Amino acid sequence: MEISEPLTIAWAGLLVVAVYIYIILDGFDLGIGMLFAFFKNKRERDVLMNSVAPVWDGNETWLILGGGGLFAAFPLAYAIIMPALYAPIIAMLIGLILRGVAFEYRWRTKRWEKYWDWAFIGGSTMATLAQGITLGALLQGIEVEGRDYAGGWWDWLSPFSLLTGASLVAGYCLLGATWLNMKTDGDIQVRAQAIAWKAFVATLVFIVGVSLATPFLETAYYQRWFTWPGIAIAAPVPVLVGWVSYLLFRYLVQEKREVSPFLLSLMLFGLCFLGLGISMYPYIIPTEITIFDAATPFKSQIFMFIGAIILLPIILIYTAYAYYVFRGKIDPDKGYH
Amino acid sequence: MEIFSAVDAVLLARIQFAFTVAFHFIFPAFSIGLASYLAVLNGVYLYTKDEAYLRLFNFWIKIFAIGFAMGVVSGITMAYQFGTNWSKFSDIAGPVIGPLMAYEVLTAFFMEAGFLGIMLFGRERVGDRLHMVATALVAIGTAISATWILSVNSWMQTPAGYSIAENGQFLPESWLAIIFNPSFPFRLVHTLTAAYLTTAFIVGGVGAWHLLRGRGENRLVRIMFSMAMWMAAIVAPMQLIFGHAHGENTLEHQPVKVMAMEGHYHSYPEGAPYHLFGIPNDQEQRLDYAISVPKLGSLVLKADPNAPVDGLDTIPDENQPPVGIGFWAFRIMVGIGLAMIATGFWSLWARYKGKLYSDTWLHRAAFLLSPSGLVAVIAGWVTTEVGRQPFTIYGVLRTADSVSPLAAPAVGASLVAFVIVYFFIFGAGVFYILRLMSKEPKLGDGPSGPAVETPIRTAGITPAQQVEAQGLV
Ligand code: HDD
Ligand code: HEM
Ligand code: HEM
Repeated sequence: MEISEPLTIAWAGLLVVAVYIYIILDGFDLGIGMLFAFFKNKRERDVLMNSVAPVWDGNETWLILGGGGLFAAFPLAYAIIMPALYAPIIAMLIGLILRGVAFEYRWRTKRWEKYWDWAFIGGSTMATLAQGITLGALLQGIEVEGRDYAGGWWDWLSPFSLLTGASLVAGYCLLGATWLNMKTDGDIQVRAQAIAWKAFVATLVFIVGVSLATPFLETAYYQRWFTWPGIAIAAPVPVLVGWVSYLLFRYLVQEKREVSPFLLSLMLFGLCFLGLGISMYPYIIPTEITIFDAATPFKSQIFMFIGAIILLPIILIYTAYAYYVFRGKIDPDKGYH
Repeated sequence: MEIFSAVDAVLLARIQFAFTVAFHFIFPAFSIGLASYLAVLNGVYLYTKDEAYLRLFNFWIKIFAIGFAMGVVSGITMAYQFGTNWSKFSDIAGPVIGPLMAYEVLTAFFMEAGFLGIMLFGRERVGDRLHMVATALVAIGTAISATWILSVNSWMQTPAGYSIAENGQFLPESWLAIIFNPSFPFRLVHTLTAAYLTTAFIVGGVGAWHLLRGRGENRLVRIMFSMAMWMAAIVAPMQLIFGHAHGENTLEHQPVKVMAMEGHYHSYPEGAPYHLFGIPNDQEQRLDYAISVPKLGSLVLKADPNAPVDGLDTIPDENQPPVGIGFWAFRIMVGIGLAMIATGFWSLWARYKGKLYSDTWLHRAAFLLSPSGLVAVIAGWVTTEVGRQPFTIYGVLRTADSVSPLAAPAVGASLVAFVIVYFFIFGAGVFYILRLMSKEPKLGDGPSGPAVETPIRTAGITPAQQVEAQGLV
């Protein structure tokens, strides 16, 4: 069976980009879902939800591209990872269902509104935790035999995967809070800043924790991070994390800027993502299956690649346009008369 | 969850897939048709500036928003289930169907999702023209999405354009042959038409309900009922023709499925009867209590009353699908199709007599049939999918060889979770939809303008409140 190495790497790159875009976009709107718990008043909640209502569906589509892209470009990896992480994946799906319908349902009822608010909070939290756990479970390794998953259905559960789960909760809260800091003003903005600060500290602590634990999961990671030549590629990442964190602290806490904290949070996520990539490459299922083992044949790779190269820029343009249409601060007083 | 240990994991995985996909499809069947209907309403409004069409648009778009949200969230589940429950299938068939599904995401899902926000909330922000473009793009997106996924499904029914590698994977040989596999054109046309009919009967049913409540003077109600009945009169007979062509194609490529659909346990060398009724008995391999029209089976299938027809006795047991489910599902679908045709003709007659808005029996019939499209599409899919058994890729890959290496308790637990969440969540959604439908749409004397306001501008007030405050509902 014929595969193309450059195309395989290109596909891996494309998928990483898709998942990154997913994480930052749905990251802030799942974050808003969790922050709902801290804004109890109905009017505030309306503002929070309206700040993402026109875009959440588009954000979630990147998750479908992530899953669908994995299936299309690396079917073997998809076929092993999905059953291995069965419970967290199903939990994520159910979480996304609960929160997704809340966008529509909570406007349709007064009596049940608070229950749908809870579905929004609970679903968002469940989906986030499950995504973090999925990541941790993938990093810690999956048991493979031949072309099949060979472990049990609780293998994903470990202190490490719980740690990554909690980290993502903190991280998405940071994204959500900095988004609110950008999209709202007045009292909501002030409180969003306070939450952002706490979430920021928590995120940093978790980043350090996960970074310290990861190299000890697999010798391959250890070598990548602490021996030559891996260290030459890897070393700038923690340095940059430090620098971005400093800027974030300055702009968020000291200067109380509105836009840059959000962008810096995205960069923080980007760096963590880069670090992850450095640990994992060239594996797609760490130390069992490389991207080259899992790649789909050349004819499938190229067929999709042509489409993706043409369509992704178009998608990015109209997605940007949709954000542009709904730009600016949310004005809670408009339309009240 | 120990109770599931005794059950076969394959069976549980099948039940879970069937349950989630059938649930999912209810919503696309409605949103594909409704998206187009909304585009038409909005177009007519912009062209004629007749405010009635804007009001109708505003009436249906709120319903659309709920249905669409349910379609999206239940669809995401489907995209992941191939891997979670059918991992062997995903590994082996991935090189062929994976790219098709990726194209669906790239060409359809992004388009629907990207423009949905503007369609729902953006009229004021982007103006009427761009809003019309967004509305049309959402409608086109739903049809593109159907095209890709039906190509995938059709390829599983009638695989073509592939070879098999040493490691067992399917390899693409010709993408054109894969996408335009033999059953794809028939399935696409039949399913899209089904979606339009489903929507037409829901719209017509809502119109009929308001007419029955004595709201016959309301112009909005009249327009909606009249439009729906035109669809019924024109499209339902077309569906009979499309369906028949689809069946002939199936007879050519999946003859065993047709044997099961028709309850033909035995071969009929001198012409087969058509079984109108019967209780399939797989054990004894016969149709109990059959009510049949002699020779009609051969006439329908082969256009010749005396043409010989093979039965399941020519097929090895291990390759036979179950008969009972498909036999009945098929009859339910066709029966509903015939009832739709009858309603369409009845409406033409009433229109001719000038009684379209006063013939209460017609309104009762239309009201009764309002959910019938949904029943028919599910029945149609059950016919198609059960008839493909025991294969997932017809004639090549068996269902038993497609399943994930999962323990029965894991699948059982997730199945229970899905059933509970779906009934609860979607039950609530259907309730909200019904409640919106039951409110009388009014031309109202409040200010005109979009009912679903830009959330940004009306933040702090719910769109629903806004609408009610303006007297738009
Ligand atoms: C004939 C049409 C049809 C069929 C057979 C299916 N779907 Fe579907 N699907 C649609 C037509 C559709 C749609 C009209 O495009 C939806 C419905 C409502 C919506 O939001 O888009 C959708 C939504 C939808 C979504 C969410 C997209 C979004 O975020 O906008 C996903 C991931 C899937 N589907 C996946 C599937 C899978 C894996 C299926 C098969 C097992 C499947 N669908 C069957
Ligand atoms: C939305 C419309 C669809 C409906 C209502 C539907 C319905 C069903 C049903 C009822 C079954 C169970 C059959 C049985 O177990 O006897 C089934 C199985 C299956 N279908 Fe479909 N289906 C739909 C679309 C699709 C599509 C588009 C695909 C492929 C992309 C697909 C792939 C499968 C697979 C892999 C199985 C599992 C094999 C099995 O359980 O038999 N289905 N479907
Ligand atoms: C009026 C007479 C009709 C005939 C003769 C007919 C015929 C058929 C046949 C033969 C199949 C199975 C094809 C296969 O599995 O290979 C089928 C499937 C199906 N039917 Fe019908 N049908 C009719 C009406 C309807 C109506 C009214 C609806 C819905 C409103 C509908 C919806 C479907 C769907 C969704 C499928 C499954 C997808 C597919 O295989 O196309 N049908 N139909």
